[in-house]
This record gives sequence, structure tokens and C-alpha cells, in this order.
Amino acid sequence: MDLDVAILSRIQFAFTVSFHIIFPSITIGLATLIAIWEGMWLKTHNPYYLQLAKFWIKPFAITFGMGVVSGIVLSYEFGTNFSKFSEITGAVLGPLMAYEVLTAFFMEAGFLGVMLFGWQRVGRKLHFFATVTVMIGTWISAFWIIVANSWMQTPTGYKIIDGKFEVESWMAVIFNPSMPYRLTHMVVASLITATFVVAGISAYYLLKKKNIPFAKKGLSMCMWFALVLTPLQAWIGDMHGLNVREHQPTKLAAMEGIWPAEEENVPLLLFAMPNMETESNDYQVGIPNLGSLILTHSWDGTVQGLKAVPPEDRPNVPLVFWSFRVMVGIGVGMMGIAALALLLRRKGRLYENKAFLSLVTLFTPMGVIAVLAGWYVVEIGRQPWIVYNLVRTSEIVSPLPAERVLFTLTMFVIIYSLLIGVYLYFMRKLIKKGPPSMEALEQQLIGMKAPGYALAWVKSLTTKEQQLKEQQANDQPSQAQGDK
Amino acid sequence: MMDLAFFYFLVLGFAIFMYVLLDGFDLGIGILYPWFNQEGERDHLMRSISHVWDGNETWLVFGGVVLFAAFPTAYAGITSTFYLPIMLMLFALIFRGVAFEYRFKSDTSRPYWDFAFSAGSAIAAFCQGMLLGSIVQGVPVGVDSLSSLHWLTPFSILTGFSVMAGYALLAACYLFMKSRGRIQEHAAKLGKRLLLITILAMVIVSLWTVANQVDIRQRWFSGLNFLWLSPLPIITLVVALLAWKDLNSHATGTVHHESRPFWYAATLFLLGFAGLVVGLFPYLIPRQLTFMEAASPDSSLLFLLPGICIFVPLICAYTLWGYRVFAGKVEDYQEGY
Repeated sequence: MDLDVAILSRIQFAFTVSFHIIFPSITIGLATLIAIWEGMWLKTHNPYYLQLAKFWIKPFAITFGMGVVSGIVLSYEFGTNFSKFSEITGAVLGPLMAYEVLTAFFMEAGFLGVMLFGWQRVGRKLHFFATVTVMIGTWISAFWIIVANSWMQTPTGYKIIDGKFEVESWMAVIFNPSMPYRLTHMVVASLITATFVVAGISAYYLLKKKNIPFAKKGLSMCMWFALVLTPLQAWIGDMHGLNVREHQPTKLAAMEGIWPAEEENVPLLLFAMPNMETESNDYQVGIPNLGSLILTHSWDGTVQGLKAVPPEDRPNVPLVFWSFRVMVGIGVGMMGIAALALLLRRKGRLYENKAFLSLVTLFTPMGVIAVLAGWYVVEIGRQPWIVYNLVRTSEIVSPLPAERVLFTLTMFVIIYSLLIGVYLYFMRKLIKKGPPSMEALEQQLIGMKAPGYALAWVKSLTTKEQQLKEQQANDQPSQAQGDK
Repeated sequence: MMDLAFFYFLVLGFAIFMYVLLDGFDLGIGILYPWFNQEGERDHLMRSISHVWDGNETWLVFGGVVLFAAFPTAYAGITSTFYLPIMLMLFALIFRGVAFEYRFKSDTSRPYWDFAFSAGSAIAAFCQGMLLGSIVQGVPVGVDSLSSLHWLTPFSILTGFSVMAGYALLAACYLFMKSRGRIQEHAAKLGKRLLLITILAMVIVSLWTVANQVDIRQRWFSGLNFLWLSPLPIITLVVALLAWKDLNSHATGTVHHESRPFWYAATLFLLGFAGLVVGLFPYLIPRQLTFMEAASPDSSLLFLLPGICIFVPLICAYTLWGYRVFAGKVEDYQEGY
């Protein structure tokens, strides 16, 4: 068989890592939201926060489980498919990944059991501690993975001895030039992803007129989060762009579709079909000079283009170019939704505008798509290098028989397609089932507390609201009403 | 620096042992699954491990990254040489891992998840046993090692089944500790059978290894070595007898020590593991690569050192705490979430 084992191994890795990243990009943010809700519940005793935490912990659990099983695959694929890569970079990347397992994996796994099953076994505060620990675990895990990835993008602090990397300064390895931007960009991306998942499902409930007070609370909180997070993300992304320009100019050129070796007055391309054969863009439509302004923060700033490097050192330009536009497009859309939400909230129509609610529902999976697109920009943009400007991807593949890799690749495609189908099926099932009712929460001895507190609290809230209503004599929507 | 590399050799050994012990019993639960098919029994089996399997499996990842970080050459060699059995093990682990989440949320599809869990556990255990057997046998050198089926031999198949039996024994003892009534009785009965099978497998695998592997034979039988090493097989037999006695006490109606058989079974694994290390030391890949040769540069080993020294004890502490939160019989603490 004349199949290329290098291509097959790369497709397999790209496929398995793309599948994997879907899940942590949801769980990092969702763990944070659940911890916030549980903390708010402890502080305010408002049972709707408990309801939110107890409902979203289920999607969290199945998402986390998918992340675990698909992540184990990756930790072995470095060796199975890229043995030379693990041999030459092991001294740098190995300890980073070992730290991830030591400081994050075990912690998440250790406290997850208590977080999921321990509601009636430990006190409320200890349970909250477990939830927070799982959340911190997901962040630390992101930290080490981003450190390792950033080092491959902007390697520093190393020396090469006998063709293998050795570390001269671990500080330089960990705090490599692109790490801070990449890390904040990814963590905020995950928060936004989870925010829009929760907002989307809440909007769906409001459209279907189910679980109204629960959904209002979820949507309202998430729209506040989105209002803060999406502009923040645009700002971080812009700074990350400046960093890419400095350290990986070829990648930036691919992202923006810039061909000349050097270009002043770079336009911002709205549409273009980058053509790697003719080394130019087809059907280019752009706004003059805006590219320079965004990329260099000056009106006529110069940007290095793709032709500055020989063709064999360029990534696949159309893939990078379009992935980048998908990511930015979704980001802009999300910012628009957050602004729209603010506008509707002012008018008191946040929960009633059907078009808006449908739009938010549509955006449920958009965060995941943006994260995937963003990673394609990062990873494909780095090609043909695996360690930027130092090691080529083509040089590090295990010399396996191609048919074996083809076999495992086929298995991965079959198994992962099946799993994503099952995942979506069970997510749908959980969403259809909806949150636990107040009565159900009532039955549970959460944190060893005697039942009877939740309904009493809602009643007191309702009476307060009614008193308020009578005083003001207007029809302000009551948060507790829908539960009856 | 020999000492630092030796320290990591010990860490690797510890990680592997912890994995075998902890994921051993929860993979074993999957292997025992077909023997528990009455109403509610499978729920009980699943619940007994649903809060710990994730942590247990993390030791596999830890073993992998310790090998990657401290002995990259060995990591690259072993993982690429055993491409197919490792991939097969990963596929199996995927299925059993997701079965935990989906089984309890399913109605009509439950039999499929039961099958995925049971078959996944059995295949993962078998692959691990096969890997063990093929490493003991030795790995051919060069490109040949990537394309041949050297890991598929009668010996590796035997070790595959032996590891399955051992894991099932751990699981039976774990269930003996975590259940009452009918399930406990059944676990005791299965435990006794599996104890016999495991001891028999240990004897056959040992004899086969000694007969075929010149280096290991010399290590064990040259000079007075056997005299020094004889406590290993002797203690193994004593521990097996003690385990038998406690498991058998259930039949005679006087159960006093419900958790002891598990610790005896764990000790059996520790002894078997020690015997293996005695035979192979100081090789990571037998007769090709010692741990000294495979070690990372000092800069990497030193960087990871404080992490290991601080976090491994901490991990053990909170793992133990996690087990204590859910101590006692399964039916006393389960609620789901």
C-alpha cells in the first residue's frame, strides 16, 4: 500500500485532538459557573442557584468524562505515532506534562467523586471546597497544556545537544513569549463557551415556556458575563495578534492573507480566496489601511507577508485564513448578542423577545466552533514546523506500517462519531428532563441539612415580592412566580 | 547522575504499582460483570467504583508521563513498538470510561453500556497483560519491531489472561469488602476460585519465564541468589493461604475481616511485581535499554523533583480522604447526582 504514514499519523492526531478539545473548552468554563452558583447559594440561600448548580453538574459530568477518555489517548499518541518527537522534546515537554498530571489531573479526579456523589456525605462547605478544587484543577490543567503548546510555538530557554532539546532555563521555557496571551485567550474562550452553552439552553427553555424562573436566572447571569467577557476577549485577541506578528510573522501573514514579502497600508480583507499556486488572493475585497491599523496599531504600518519565506516554509494559507475568520466572526456575533441583551434588558424584554431567544439558542455550540477554529489557526499556522523554525513535522513521525495507522485512524473515526452522537443524545435527554424541581431539591439532605429550607425560602421571597408589588402597584415580573 | 535516575525508576515503579492495584480492581469489576446478572447487582457493582475509577485511571496517565519525562527514549521505544496493543487498550478504556456516565442515564440502551463496560474492562486488562508479557520476553531492535507481531505470542497471551484473573481477584475481594448478603457471598465464592487461578497463573508464568529467559534464570539461580530471593515465593504462598482463610470464613458463617482479603490480594500483586523487577533490573527494555541510559538530562530530572516530592504524598493523602468519604458498604452512601 502506498499510503503516507506521516500524513495518516498527522490526520489521526489532528482528529483525536480536535475531538478532545471540544470537552475541556466546555468544562473549564462550566466548572467555573457551577462553582459560582454553588458559592452564591451558600451566601444567599437562594435555591435557584442550587437548582442551576445541580442541573448543570450533569452535563458537566458527561462532558468531563468524554474529556478524560479522549485525553488519555493524546498522552500516549506522542509516543505511539511520533516517537522521534517524544525522544527529542521529552526532556522539555515531559516534565511539563508530568506537572499537569501531578497538580491538576489527580486533583480533578480526586475531588470530582465528592463533587458529583458527595452532596449527602460531606458538609455544604466541604462540598463547595470540592467544587472549587475541581474548577482550579481545570485551570491548572489548561495552564500546563498551554505552556507546553506555547513553547512549541515560541521556543525559548533550550539548547540542542546531539539533536535533542535540553533545558537551560525553566523560567524561560514556562514563561515563553507567547504563553501569557495564549493562556488568557484560551481560558476566557472557555468561559465564553460555557456561558453561551448555558445561555442557549436557558433561552431554549424560555422559548418552550419551560422552567421559566430557572431559565431567566441562567440567561440573565450569562448575558452579564458575556457583556464583560466578549470585549475582554477581543482585547486579549488583539494583543495576542501583536505577539504573533512579532514571533510568528508567517502565521500572521497566513491569517490575514498577505502575500508580498513586505506590505505597507495593509487592507483588512472582508473576503478573499487565498491561492497558494499563484501566491495571491482571488476575489479580494478589503478595507484599505484598516489591516495596518489593527495589526500594527498605526495607519500605514508594515507587515511581513508570506513571500518573505520560501513556499516549503509556509502553512496551508486558505485553511488558516478561513479558520481565523470563522473564529473572529463568531466572536463579533457574540459581542453583538451581549450588547443586544443589554438593550433588551433596559426595555424589560430580555425574556420575551422571540427572535433574540432563538438567536441565543442558535449560539449554544458556537463557542466550541470558535475554539476549534482558533486552534486550527494556531496549529496549522505553525506548520510545517512542529517546534517553530527548529523541527519539521515531517521529521518526527514513527516509521510504522501505514496500514496499521490507517486501521487505528478508521477506528477512531468510527468510535468518536459514535461517541459524539451518544453525547449529543444524552445532552438532549438531560435538557429535555430539565432541572430538578424545588420539591426534589427539598427531599435531598444537601450538606446534611434537614429538608424544608428551600420551599420556605421561596415562599418568603414570594411574599416579599408581593408586598413590594402591592406597594409599587406595577406588574414587575416576579422571579419566584413560575415555580408554582 | 545515577541516583537521580534511580529515584525516577522507583517513582515509575510506584506509579505502575498504584495503577495496577487501583485500576486493577475497577477493571476487575468489569471482568466479573457477566457473573453478576441478577436484579440490581450490576447497579451495585457500578456504584461501588463510579466515584473512584477516574482517579484510578489517572495513575496510567501518570505512569505514561513519568516515563515520557524521565526516560523519553524508553517512552518513545515502548509506545511505538507496541502500537497496536496500546491503541487497542485505549479503545477499550474509552468504551468503559464513557459507560460509567451513560449507563445510569440510559433506559433502553443500558444493555449496550453494560456490554461496553464489561468488554472494555476485559480487553484493557488483557492488553495490559500482553504488554507485560512482551516486555518480559524482550523487544526486537529496529524497524522490524514496528511492523512485526512480536507482541502476539503464546507467552504474551498467557500473561494477558493471567492479568485478567489477577484483576478479577482484586475486584472480588473489593466487592467482598463493599457489599452484604447475596453479592458478598457470590464475591467470596468467585474470590476463592480466582485466588486459585491467580496463584496457578503466577507459578506457570514464573516457570515459563525462568525456562526461556537466560538472564532472568541466572539472576534467580546463580550462587546463593535463590536463597536470598526465596522469601518472595514463600511469602506469596503464605499470603494466598491467609486470603483463602478469610474468604472461606464467609461460607462457615463467621466473617470478621471483610477488608483483609483485598489487602492480601494487593500484597500478592506487590510480591509478583517485586519478583518481576528483580528479574529485569536495571532494564526498562530488557537487554537493550537500562534506566540510566534512557534518563533525561539532569536539568529535567531536577525540575520535576520537587513536584514529585510534594505532590505525590499530597495526592495519596486526598485520594485516601476520597475513599474515606465513601467508606462502608455501597448501599449506605449512594445517591447519584
